[in-house]
Amino acid sequence: MSETATATKRESGAAAAPGGGGPGFMAGPVGRNLGLVIALAILCAVGVATAGDRFADVNNLLTILRLASVIGVVSIGMTFVIIGGGIDLSVGALVALSSVWATTLATQALAEDVHWIVMVLTAILVGAGAGLVNGVVIAYGKLVAFIATLAMLVSARGLAEIIANRRTQIVQDRDFLSFFSGDVLGIPTLVIIWALVSAAGWVLLNRTTFGRRTFAVGGNAEAARLAGIRVQRHTVLLYVLSGVCCGIAGVMIMARTTTGSSTHGTLYELLAIAGVVIGGTLLIGGRGTIVGTVLGTLLLTTLGNVFTLNNLTSSAQAVAQGVIIVLAVLLQMRLAGGQGRSRKARTPGGPGGVASGASGVPGSPAGALPGGASEPTT
Amino acid sequence: MNEEPRSTGPLLEMRGIVKTFPGVRALGGVDLDVRAGEVHCLLGQNGAGKSTLIKVLAGAHQPDEGTITWAGEQVALTDPQAALRLGIATIYQELDLVPGLTVADNIFLGRETSRFGITRPAAANRVAAELLTRLGHPEIRPATEVGALSAAQQQMISMARALSQDAKLIIMDEPSAVLDNEEVERLFGVIRELAAQDVAVVYISHRLEEIREVGDRITVLKDGRTVATGLPARETPTREVITLMTGRTIEYVFPERRAAVDRGAAPLLEVQDLGLRGSFEGVDLTLRPGEIVGLAGLVGSGRSEILETIYGARRPTSGSVRLGGKQLRPGDVGAAVAAGIGLAPEERKSQALLLDDSVYRNITVSSLNRFARIGLLSGRAERTAAREQVQALDVRPSDETRIARTLSGGNQQKVVLARWLLRDCRVLLLDEPTRGVDVGARSEIYTLVRDLADQGVAVLVVSSEIPEVLGLADRVLVIADGAVVAEAPADALDEHRVLDLVMEGTAHTGTAPHEGEVA
Repeated sequence: MSETATATKRESGAAAAPGGGGPGFMAGPVGRNLGLVIALAILCAVGVATAGDRFADVNNLLTILRLASVIGVVSIGMTFVIIGGGIDLSVGALVALSSVWATTLATQALAEDVHWIVMVLTAILVGAGAGLVNGVVIAYGKLVAFIATLAMLVSARGLAEIIANRRTQIVQDRDFLSFFSGDVLGIPTLVIIWALVSAAGWVLLNRTTFGRRTFAVGGNAEAARLAGIRVQRHTVLLYVLSGVCCGIAGVMIMARTTTGSSTHGTLYELLAIAGVVIGGTLLIGGRGTIVGTVLGTLLLTTLGNVFTLNNLTSSAQAVAQGVIIVLAVLLQMRLAGGQGRSRKARTPGGPGGVASGASGVPGSPAGALPGGASEPTT
Repeated sequence: MNEEPRSTGPLLEMRGIVKTFPGVRALGGVDLDVRAGEVHCLLGQNGAGKSTLIKVLAGAHQPDEGTITWAGEQVALTDPQAALRLGIATIYQELDLVPGLTVADNIFLGRETSRFGITRPAAANRVAAELLTRLGHPEIRPATEVGALSAAQQQMISMARALSQDAKLIIMDEPSAVLDNEEVERLFGVIRELAAQDVAVVYISHRLEEIREVGDRITVLKDGRTVATGLPARETPTREVITLMTGRTIEYVFPERRAAVDRGAAPLLEVQDLGLRGSFEGVDLTLRPGEIVGLAGLVGSGRSEILETIYGARRPTSGSVRLGGKQLRPGDVGAAVAAGIGLAPEERKSQALLLDDSVYRNITVSSLNRFARIGLLSGRAERTAAREQVQALDVRPSDETRIARTLSGGNQQKVVLARWLLRDCRVLLLDEPTRGVDVGARSEIYTLVRDLADQGVAVLVVSSEIPEVLGLADRVLVIADGAVVAEAPADALDEHRVLDLVMEGTAHTGTAPHEGEVA
């Protein structure tokens, strides 16, 4: 009886603590995603209002999707890393490195002899390899992810410059270009790749042991470790996954620009992180959705498109983008509510339920109070 | 000393202090007198109210009833600053120093000497050096970063800070816990020096030998009340002190022990000569199927570390752990879990639960592979299995989709147990299984643990509450200072003896049972 009573009391206390009166509608993942859809709708309305038919044109919409697709794939990998409690600043550099490596004369010659798939595999392997380095340094070297991937950002781009000798490498393979720049039923192949990667990411995150462990590791790494999850190995896999996504994005950017270049993917780390965070993934890890990331990426790209159609310079766009990222993260922190400041409930004065006084204290000295006088109020 | 005539009134006089927290009466009428220039020792078991009392004295808690008189005047310690202004300084167990700042900066933190907003490090360093010399530690240089100092030196910084605030009363909460023998000796030198300068010290420690060495008078707390005050520290017999500290009116209901454990059964868990440098060493223990073994000891005695090392969460510096005859890879939680060991850690919220996740995800997190085919999880199978556990353990509310954070302490603990039951674990390690669990739910947890043992699970329990260990376990190992000092069947021991062993440590050679003698 008393147990039930206390339980209810504690519940109401706990529920009141985070946000005041239970989780609000907008705080749930569905609510947040709905909020993003509404924001996207408003943005489209603004686009139509300011640019009219130039915005609401099928070709323009396809352009938005095609632009979003490369960064979208990178963001899927980033979502996993961030939910797992990490960060990957090297993504843009890895896109550049894999695009350069896949378009060297040697790789292209091999691709000509065998099949263009060699270029694709090269890009993915390069991304995975760099991600492996990131992961090992972070998980086993115990280096802060921020520093490790920042170092990778610099070195990977430097390596790309060395390999490309600071020149832009043209993709020669006709079949490669025609495959990736084509479309299926009017939908560009790049967009289809993005959709496939997102779908695979959704399944991986929500329907597999890998995804569940990602949430556990990011939510409470110590609890995950003590629950028997191999946290270090899992962390490595998360960065490899991000690297693989960068490799795929490298292939996509090769197809879109018909080049491999060490300048590809500049500032992708910022755009990807922004997309993920706007999509409602907690930067401290443990919570996030793939759908949110897809919507966040779409939101950012559409915004850029609306700006361009209204003849804003790219510099002005950059300023606006920065402001919007800050606003989005501020909003997200509000919605997440009491997350970070959950107070540690400490039982006062040691374990509770301690009664007072003993029935027979032999030889109680003067000054000792009689035992058993007061019963605890439980 | 105890016959000293009361020429002047006591420096501090606390009368009838009562402090109630929701659901718990932490202090139910405490009296304490401290004279200037004396070392006054505060004794009591875990939960006796020592921490609450010093927090009241430090101004961190406001008492509900009672009076505090300081140097003859009644005062209200409304906040920590008020206590500091009077000259009451507290040195907590977790030192509150900023590791990146220098010694002098830490001593004068918040009261920096400055002229027109520009700090004057030279002046601060000079005063800091004087204070440290007064404390007998001139070798600590004021410009050193505090993070580079040893625990003992850091403690001196805290004391220097107290002195710089002109403290007349310094409260020290288990200062010796982080020190080695030599450092303890030096600390005592400092304490005696302070006493000679008419500073009063309230000293909290579980080690009776220390209290005899440095203390003047003793006050004993039990269950939030003063049971004795002003006892002479050197002359009062150990037996009397321990008698004052033990004995409770509420007896928890423990499930009955079933038929004696089959002594002939092959041991399930064998720990040999396990050691972790700086924490414990030479620990041998065996667990048979169906047996509950308790580890009794003080906080910091190494008991939690022993559990965590067996579990692989810490890498041992010596020894081995075998499960069913097979040696476990040291320092590998995954291997321990795979072999069938489960741990319910001490800090449930930070070490065990995914607080913002649902109950069923918390239960299945350690056995995900069972619900997956080529990595793909079957949510339905997962929930069904979790629901069975929720019902079997009577987790309330009986809803596996609930967020773990919203459950009460007792129900959260059941969720952690359910996690390991789902794995059919063979050895269960429980660290403080009833911490933060209310009285009603406690006996449910006890019954649950006993039922598990009856099904053949071997259980190793650590608890600060000696009655809990004695009531729940079949066999008890007493840990003091990182070593097993006694082993005996639980019904051959009582609270008295265990406390005696725990407080006297390995040095004790009295009447208490030693290995082999009783076991």
